[in-house]
This record gives sequence, structure tokens and C-alpha cells, in this order.
Amino acid sequence: METPKRRAELEKYYDPNSTFGHLRVAQMKRSWKLKNRRELTWWESTYIPTLFSGVWLTSAHFFRNLGLHILHQVGLKKDVRAAATYQYPEEKRPLALRARTRHRLTKREDGTPRCVACMMCETVCPARCIEITAAEHPDPNIEKFPAEFILDLGKCVYCGFCVEVCPEDAIRMDTQRLDIAEYSRESMIYNKERLMNG
Amino acid sequence: MPKLTIDGKEIEVPAGTTIIQAADKLGITIPRYCYHEALPVSGNCRICMVEVEKMPKLQIACYTPVAEGMVVKTTSPKVIDVRKVVLGYLLVNHPLDCPVCDQAGECKLQDYYMEHGQYDSALNDVKVKKEKKAISLGPTVMLDQERCILCTRCVRFTDNISKTHEFGVFDRGDHSQLDLYPGKELNNNYSGNVVDICPVGALTDKDFRFKCRVWYLDKTKSVCPGCSTGCNITVEWDKSRPHRQKKDRVMRLKPRLNPNVNAYWMCDTGRYNYHFIDQNRIVAPQLKNDLISWPQAIDTVVNAVKAVKDPNRIGVIASAQLTNEDLFAVRKLFKDNLKVSNVDFRVPEQPGKSDDFLLKADRNPNTAGASAILAPNDGTTQAIIEKAKKGELDVLYVFGQDLVKLYGKETVAQIRKSTKMFVYQGSNINDTCSYAHLNLPSAVYAEKDGTFTNFQNRVQRISPAFMPLGEAKGDWEILSLLSEKIGPAFPYRKSQDVFKAVTEAVAPFAEMTYEKIADQGLVLRT
Repeated sequence: METPKRRAELEKYYDPNSTFGHLRVAQMKRSWKLKNRRELTWWESTYIPTLFSGVWLTSAHFFRNLGLHILHQVGLKKDVRAAATYQYPEEKRPLALRARTRHRLTKREDGTPRCVACMMCETVCPARCIEITAAEHPDPNIEKFPAEFILDLGKCVYCGFCVEVCPEDAIRMDTQRLDIAEYSRESMIYNKERLMNG
Repeated sequence: MPKLTIDGKEIEVPAGTTIIQAADKLGITIPRYCYHEALPVSGNCRICMVEVEKMPKLQIACYTPVAEGMVVKTTSPKVIDVRKVVLGYLLVNHPLDCPVCDQAGECKLQDYYMEHGQYDSALNDVKVKKEKKAISLGPTVMLDQERCILCTRCVRFTDNISKTHEFGVFDRGDHSQLDLYPGKELNNNYSGNVVDICPVGALTDKDFRFKCRVWYLDKTKSVCPGCSTGCNITVEWDKSRPHRQKKDRVMRLKPRLNPNVNAYWMCDTGRYNYHFIDQNRIVAPQLKNDLISWPQAIDTVVNAVKAVKDPNRIGVIASAQLTNEDLFAVRKLFKDNLKVSNVDFRVPEQPGKSDDFLLKADRNPNTAGASAILAPNDGTTQAIIEKAKKGELDVLYVFGQDLVKLYGKETVAQIRKSTKMFVYQGSNINDTCSYAHLNLPSAVYAEKDGTFTNFQNRVQRISPAFMPLGEAKGDWEILSLLSEKIGPAFPYRKSQDVFKAVTEAVAPFAEMTYEKIADQGLVLRT
């Protein structure tokens, strides 16, 4: 629906070459589409045509998948993929190994955290969700360790910078856990023990 | 006066000046580890090598005196090459401790490595490990021998500045290490300075240890309120972590260069005297046992003051901890407007320990300013206390003075009974608070804009680092609120306006402005 006039209007306000300019242009287009939405006709406003087209679409998928799964059972049409269903949460969908999932703190052989509280992750974190309190380690060769390591998953944006910046490989995002929903904001705040053992 | 050229810029300096001093005058920074302006030259780190035309080899800038017609290059390829080599040698046995090192972020080794590092190590051997890591040298300083690059700044500091001779370099070659002489402990009142001058993380401050990374700190120029010397300091506080606001704000104090007052140094008494800024504060006005709002508090004081017919029944004990601006507001409100004669700031304090370097027995930063502004008669404080005890005062207004410590519990309890309104305006909770009828929270020096006058009569500026804690307000701002109700209202909107009034009303301050005071201060006229 983009006319040359409209285009000129957009570009007058937003330079698409500026930082995030293309995003602003896209936002403008979207709002323009919403504003200029077509009115429904009487026949359409009864929702009968959409109802039937919906039923048609769903049943088409159902019968296609049913037929394909039966054919797969007898060894036919193996090259055509049919939709698969995972029985979540009993059966979990496999994740890529490199997927960024909930954090964990890695441990030394004696079970203490590898973290030396250098606060690189706290510094680099764009959401400022990490808060470390450092303390003196009894072993002078380690020197520093986190007395408390608080990570607020309610704020975390899963960018993975903390993992990338860590000089000690002390924080990883490889737990393969994404089901971190909680009933309160407070329980989204993970402390050192939860990050090491959970 | 020899004339020389450094990097194409000409400069004329007195004979005997070294190249590094001449370059500093021109604003050309030559890297340095062992050289420090206030310490004798040692010339052991070799990072300050520069090329001097017609000299066959590179010279160290810190120990080569200038000569007529000298042409110095500080950034030629030869110099940069040598810096790389020197850095390589310095780093041979330096551990890769940066993640756990408190110096990281303000470490000269890191800084120069970013500029001139070799990046690909030419070292094949393993690093020589020193005996001790993270050892305590005394009550304030920790030593890590592995990180030390043996610049001997700290050795020269204890030999020449503090003259306590604790440090020495022992053994030879790559076994040489910094340590204390046997049986000694680094426990003098200036020990914190060795942390400041250490260019790497070998000496770290126990008080600051692991508390905060240095890149989180914001720096505000201020003046130490610990004694009448008024050492120039920077208040370093945790700014860039808003999610950490519940913690203490001020992380450490560092000395700031002022050749007229403290040069590069400050004493430990002042250095660690900052915990009161965030701890044990009065955060809201309190009438007897109830917390009240500011308008209520102001009304309470105003009603009490207005009920007094005879100004001689009001007593004011100010404090030399207040800034010149605050003291002028005290003078204007009580002495000029209300015609109160019972105004004094001098209290019979126990003089603290003093030495012949920086620490003074008078532990108030603004005694000279208070004398100039309030000009009280002798014996006024004692008279105020006597009168208050006898019930001859209706209102007693105290600024931050701990009367319980000075006069004892019985006297203050008696004052509470015999006065109608006993106001305590201060920043921190002390014993007197519980005896006062009304407590008003005031700001501490790090939250105020103003000036202190030190023992040399030098007026020095303090700048506000952050907003006052809780509902606290600056002292003159509270008095300004009072003046609105008592009248005439102060016409001041900021500290600068008050200071302008000070310069007009108090002769020694004449013609001073904040701009003229700047970083180094101005001396009062006599």
C-alpha cells in the first residue's frame, strides 16, 4: 500500500539510513496500515465465510497429516514431512546445543564457584540484572570470590554477553532450561546457590 | 634558561629541569612508572625513554637535564619500539590477575599495554612465582609481590615523605621482591598514600578491597572535613550502578593535587573518615518521638521562635563543621534579623592527635571561616550552656555539636527540661539527638555546595557529589525556609548567591567568587 507520496512523507521524517532508521520506517508503515484498514462488508461481518474457511484449513491440515502418518507407517512417502506433536511438558522439544538458555555458575573440583567476582558480566550486562558482592577467598591464590551472585531473570534479556565476557568460564547458559515461569517477580531473582545447583 | 624543542614545540625552562618536567609543562605525557613529581628520581623503570637528537642512545626523560638547543622526540618509531620492549620485560613475571585485581581500570601497566603492547608474547619460560600473594602489611594496606614491578615509589615515599622507612627491595635479579623490613609493620598515618602512588596493583587498600570496580566510580572534587588543614580530595562514589542504590554511595576518598595545601598526599585519618556519609544518618525531621514533615518542622521552630519576646532568650551553638555559606545564613537569620547575641561556634573540644605534616589538632574544617563570619565574643558558648541550664533560654538551636560528649548527660538532660524548644540540626545520629525536642536532618559535606576556610585562611570549594540522603537538606536551605516564615526571607536560590552575600558582608571575603576560588582556593584578605 506504499505510494510514492507516502514514501516521500516517511522519508521526510525518518532517514532510513540512520541508526535504527529502518525500524522506525517499518513502524510508521505498520501504523499507517492499521489506520487505513478496510471496512468489512455486511456478508463479511457475519463471520460465516471466515468460519468455513477456517474449518476448511484446519481439517485440510488434519487429514493431510493423518494420511501422511498412515503412509509413513507403511513405509511410503517418507520424504514428505508431516506435522509432529510433542507432549509438552512430559516430552520436551530438543533445543540446539548452542541455544542460550537459563544461566548456571560452573564449579571448581571442590564444589566452590569458579567465579572470581571480576564483575565483567555485571559491567557488560545491558539489562543490569547481575549484582555481585565480592569477598576475600581464604586461598590467596584465588583471592576473590563472589560472596553473593544475584541474577534477576525477570530483567535478563538472554543476550549471552555475560557468558562471552567471562574470563574464567564461570557462567554458562547451557542448562537447556527455558521453563522459568514463576508466580512472583521475587522468585525470578536467582542467588548463588540456585545458579550453582538448580 | 635553556631553550629546547619537544615534539616540535619550543619551551624555555630553568636549568636543571629534566626532560619529563619540561614535557609535562607543555602538556606532553611521557609514560612513567617510577617517576613521581614529589619523590626523588630513581630511573629504574625505563619506560620514559625518549630520543634526543645527536645523542647516540635513547635517554630516560626523568633523569636527563635539559640543555640549550636540545631536540627531543617522544613518539618516534624508535621510542615506541623501546617502550614495547620495556613493557615486555616488566610483564615477564607479572601475573594475569586483572580480573581479581583492584587496580584494573586505573592500572598504568594496563593503560600503556593498550597503547604500546606487543600482544604476541615472546616469552617461552614460565613466570617466576614470588613467595607471597595477598599479604597484609598493616591495618590499611595489602601487598601482592607478584604484581609489583619494583618501581620503588613506595620505598621512596616511606623514606622521604613519611620518613618511617618501612619498605625495602630484597634479593636480586628476578628473585628481587618488595617487602617490609623484618619486624616492621606499615602502620603510620600516611600509609594509604602508597596505594595511590603504586602504578600497578601491588599495593591495594584494605578498606576499598573488592568493594567496587574502579570504572563504576564517579569523582567529585571536594575538601576533607577531617581537620583544619583542608586537604583537597576527590570523593569517589558508586554512580553507574543504579540497581545498587541500597548500598553505601561513597566508596573511597583520594587526595587531589594542591601544591599550597596537601600536595599529592592525605592522611589516613581523613582518608577513612567517610563512612558517616552513608551510615547512621538522620533522614527525616523528628519531633520528640514522631517523624514529621518539613513544613510541620519549620512551623514548630517558627512558632517557638516567635513566642520568644526577648532575643536574649534564644541561644545558638553553630559549628565549624558548617560551610561559610551555612555560617553566614546563621549569622543573617539569628544575629542580624532576630538580634540574638548568644551565637557561638566554639566548643571545648578535646584536641585530636596532630603531626607536623598534614594532620592538625583542630578537627574542624572551617574554624577560620566561622571566626571571620560569626566573630563571637569570648566565653559565649559557656554562657549559653549556663543560661540554658538555669532556664534563661526558651529556644536553643544546636548545629551538629554533640553536647552530651562535650558537657555530659546531666547537663543536656537539664537543658531539655529547662528550655521550651531544643533544636538539634545535624547530619548524623548521636547521643544529643535523643535529648533534643526537635531533630532536623542536614546534609553532609559531600552533599553540599559551599566553601571551607582552612588554617591558612585559604577558602576552598566543596562540590555536591549527590543528593542528600532521605529528606535531609543543606543547612542554609533549612535556615532559608525558616527565614520565609520569620521574615525577611532570604533572597538566595543557590549556594553561589549566599557566597556573593558573604563577600559583600564580610570584609576578608571581598571580591571572591566560586570561579576565582576554582580548584586551588583563595586566601582571605587580612
